[in-house]
Amino acid sequence: MEIIVLLKQVPSTESFVGISENGLSVKTDDVKWVINPYDEFAVEEALRVKEAHGGSVTILSTGTEKAVEAIRTALAMGADKGILINDPAACNCDGLQTAKILAAVIKNMPFDLIIAGQRAVDGDNYMVGSAVAEFLNIPAVTMVMKEAIADGRITCNRTVEGGMVVVEAPLPALITTQRGLNEPRYASLPGIMKAKKKPLEIKSLKDIGLDVAGIGATKTKIISLKYPPERKGGKMIAGETAADKAKALVKALHEEAKVV
Amino acid sequence: MSCGVLAIAEQVNGVFRKVTYEALSEGRRIADGLGCVLSVAVLGSGIKSNSELLGKYGADRILVADDAVLEEYMTDAYTNVVAGIVAKEKPCVIILGASSRGRDLAARLSARLDSPLAMDCVAVRVEAGNVVVTRPMYGGKILAEIMFEGEPRIIAVRPNSMMIAESQKAGEVEVIAADKGSTDLKFIEKKLDTGKVELTEADVVVSGGRGMGGSDYSVIEKLAGIFGGAVGASRSAVDEGWRPHSDQVGQTGKVVSPNLYIACGISGAIQHLAGMSSSKVIVAINKDPEAPIFAKADYGVAGDLFEVVPLITEEIKKVKGI
Repeated sequence: MEIIVLLKQVPSTESFVGISENGLSVKTDDVKWVINPYDEFAVEEALRVKEAHGGSVTILSTGTEKAVEAIRTALAMGADKGILINDPAACNCDGLQTAKILAAVIKNMPFDLIIAGQRAVDGDNYMVGSAVAEFLNIPAVTMVMKEAIADGRITCNRTVEGGMVVVEAPLPALITTQRGLNEPRYASLPGIMKAKKKPLEIKSLKDIGLDVAGIGATKTKIISLKYPPERKGGKMIAGETAADKAKALVKALHEEAKVV
Repeated sequence: MSCGVLAIAEQVNGVFRKVTYEALSEGRRIADGLGCVLSVAVLGSGIKSNSELLGKYGADRILVADDAVLEEYMTDAYTNVVAGIVAKEKPCVIILGASSRGRDLAARLSARLDSPLAMDCVAVRVEAGNVVVTRPMYGGKILAEIMFEGEPRIIAVRPNSMMIAESQKAGEVEVIAADKGSTDLKFIEKKLDTGKVELTEADVVVSGGRGMGGSDYSVIEKLAGIFGGAVGASRSAVDEGWRPHSDQVGQTGKVVSPNLYIACGISGAIQHLAGMSSSKVIVAINKDPEAPIFAKADYGVAGDLFEVVPLITEEIKKVKGI
């Protein structure tokens, strides 16, 4: 079973992400970089599939040189090799462009299963996994909480509003992760040592046979970035007793906020 | 330039999801802004008669692909059918709900059509023939305004973000051919808790966190119940096994935008804020008067939730006269 994990390095949830002076990009100087949490589930699931069915796990990412750290972490968890597409022309891509790059790499690789996060928690686009599957002309099942592989088919429990749907797809296929799929393992110390010697290729667009025309123009253009409006609130409800507070709160919700 | 707005309805067991009416109402506003026709595509099985009511939300045309193979949402069949409709109708805007199914369809369709997609839009405006959308990024820490290059522009709207407006249009039902094309995905079964209010669609969400101290959420369930609202949970409550993953509100859970969000015994970690900061009114109840959640709330009550929440429930009953 050849498994490919699509991985993105993102600012950690706790990091402050500021807006640059030009108002069109974000400042990432002070952020702590981590593996996108949904991609951690993807790495873990890939390792479990490998443990059950044999094969190898390849981590594929596009990003800056810094993303090497994230790939090494995934290798330390147990993945076998990594590929980073690092090219100035591949930065600031939108979801479709990123998917075109990833699909172009995968086209020249053997694979049975691709696992991606349902979304990266920076752009929150929920897009790349499905688009990669479309460009590779393979089925995709998104928001998977449980999967089982048998006889060249994958059966997935997919999260939907109010419950779940069980869907079956022939391999090769792509799935995207949902929290609940697994609990990602930590990289062990021996794992970290081993990861240093595992193959990690860094490639340019040219190396994968793509040029700027091949990934097309950015189709979604950011025209402004702003912070969401601050809540005026923090209005603490005063009162001697819990009953007083409850009464005062409901009065405010009814008369002031008009939500009750 | 001919143009048209195509909304895509979402139905489960023949019932339209609320976000369908939101997408349709917003589609109407876009169509009015661009001076063009609003069509809505309905895919499903045995849904023709139900589809008529979509005229009430401003659809000029109701295109119904009614076929047994479309009974359940499957990415490949639905993408094929919608791509066929798009090829014929050539809309300049496609609008749909950013639900679990809607996001799945929007992403695949965007790649199929090589068309720009903005996911989870919370605002849309038409400006001199251009459509500008606002969408949260970085878990809601930043709002981005986006313009599109190329057509059709695909807009997936976040549930509970767009105002539902009724505006009666002709809304004639046209039955259209549904060519599902070649498909790989096979539907096995679905397990839906239809009695439960969906978190992302609820007008009121009451969530419990670590302060709940265990899996007994009855005080919260009672408060949510009088609103017909939904019960949510913080990540730590889910990690403790007190509530299922499907109840989690936060960065690795659901993103909710109710009119009223009541956080009980939740400290206010960024992980949680990412899932609820776009709520219209936020109330926080916490024993610790220093809890960070209070800075992000419109109203804060420092106190023991097990004491305060039942009293709030009683007060609301009085106000509502129940």
